[in-house]
Amino acid sequence: MDVITRHLPEFGAGLLQTVELSLLALAGALVAGVVVAALRAAPVAVLRGAGMAYVEILQNIPLLVWLVLAVFGLPEIGVTAGLFTTAVVVIALYQGAYVAEAVRSGINAVPVGQGEAARALGLTFTQSLRLVILPQALRTVVQPLGNLAIMTIMNTALAAAVGLVELTAAANRVNLAEADPIWIFVTAGLCYMALSALTGLVSGVLERRLVILR
Amino acid sequence: MNARLLFDEPGPRARRRIRVATAVSVLVLLALIGLALRQFADHGQLAASRWRPYATWPMWRYLLDGLRATVYAAAVSIALSAAAGIALAVGRLSPSRWIRWPSAAYVEVVRTVPALLLVYVVLFALPRYGLDLPLFWKLVVPLTVSNAAAFAEIFRAGIASVERGQGEAGLALGLTRGRTLRLIVLPQAVRRVLPSLISQSAGLLKDTSLGFVVSYAELLYSGKVLANYNHLLIQTYLVIAVIYLVINAALAKAARTLQARQGVRAARPARVPAATP
Repeated sequence: MDVITRHLPEFGAGLLQTVELSLLALAGALVAGVVVAALRAAPVAVLRGAGMAYVEILQNIPLLVWLVLAVFGLPEIGVTAGLFTTAVVVIALYQGAYVAEAVRSGINAVPVGQGEAARALGLTFTQSLRLVILPQALRTVVQPLGNLAIMTIMNTALAAAVGLVELTAAANRVNLAEADPIWIFVTAGLCYMALSALTGLVSGVLERRLVILR
Repeated sequence: MNARLLFDEPGPRARRRIRVATAVSVLVLLALIGLALRQFADHGQLAASRWRPYATWPMWRYLLDGLRATVYAAAVSIALSAAAGIALAVGRLSPSRWIRWPSAAYVEVVRTVPALLLVYVVLFALPRYGLDLPLFWKLVVPLTVSNAAAFAEIFRAGIASVERGQGEAGLALGLTRGRTLRLIVLPQAVRRVLPSLISQSAGLLKDTSLGFVVSYAELLYSGKVLANYNHLLIQTYLVIAVIYLVINAALAKAARTLQARQGVRAARPARVPAATP
């Protein structure tokens, strides 16, 4: 047990990195997801196609392949960013595809009359999307978005495979130094469970506050 | 998708606006592609010599070997985790709390632990306690452990969706609980959740890319070895990304087709009484 107390700083730094990575990636994923979902509902066929292509391409290639491609591949064509920035952007874009699917199902759940009423009032496409459809759509998909947030936390661990020292990599490093795997990996697992439980709690509260029952 | 939610049948002005927006977005997309290509060209990554190896058979034979290992690892993990998933789902519905609680605990705990952490446990923790698995199982065991929980949740949803009367009818016929489950409830449950099972399997196929960490020679790790050897890094990984894209898009399409067909099948009996006057 004192392995953990002795290496508390490493674990703390790793946990902090995981939390930062998750929060930033999640924020980015929300933005990307809403934009892509809006593209998929647009009256312009090319934009709908682009939105669909985005979701298909991002979802059907493993996140680890994206990370490897971005971290080792992009410098080859002269695009260099820090490891952390690259990981945030890649995870945000990847999760953005999943958020887009969730938001799209939320948009589909909004009654058709809402869109018709918005147009009858003379709102343009972007106005009706921003003021009428999206606020309702987002409120119906709080629970799925909460699950996606947990999935994002789990997926940030993959950044360890390309060299970012977040919680999983920190645990692995401590283990390589101390060779006392049980406590070290159980602690890391407990940290992840606590993070997911916290996320579940927050999304549960938001769900109760925001959900629209139909 | 009800594409008509946010716009009506366009009139002449709207059609003109849509044409302008189409032209602008095509230009923007082309500009983005052009920018990417220029970035490739500026760093000499578009040179034919850097892409020609990927038109040769030995290269593809090597990559297809990697793909075969990916599919093999995925198939074994899918079979094992589906079996474990059924056991856990049935366990969660067991009348005995000594079976119900551990199954529920397993699912809840494993769902919130990253697969990579499980891979590290198998790679670095188990050998210390004298359990050094072969490379293949170092990839398959953590994938199975983590996906069993996901499969269990899918099966549980399926079993819950089967009408109560089905199980009660089975029991009334004198079947034991086990046989009712096996002969009546599970076949219907599995059929209903088949699309989710396929998309979970596609997810598992993506997870086999963790072979990169385990150094099991599946597609991504094969790519790593290849890139170290021929120094065509971005080309190799792009080719591998395209292979993953094709395989997974095909699986996703299969899941969607099944879902659509099931929708038709579910809708059909509902239409019959409506037809009678």
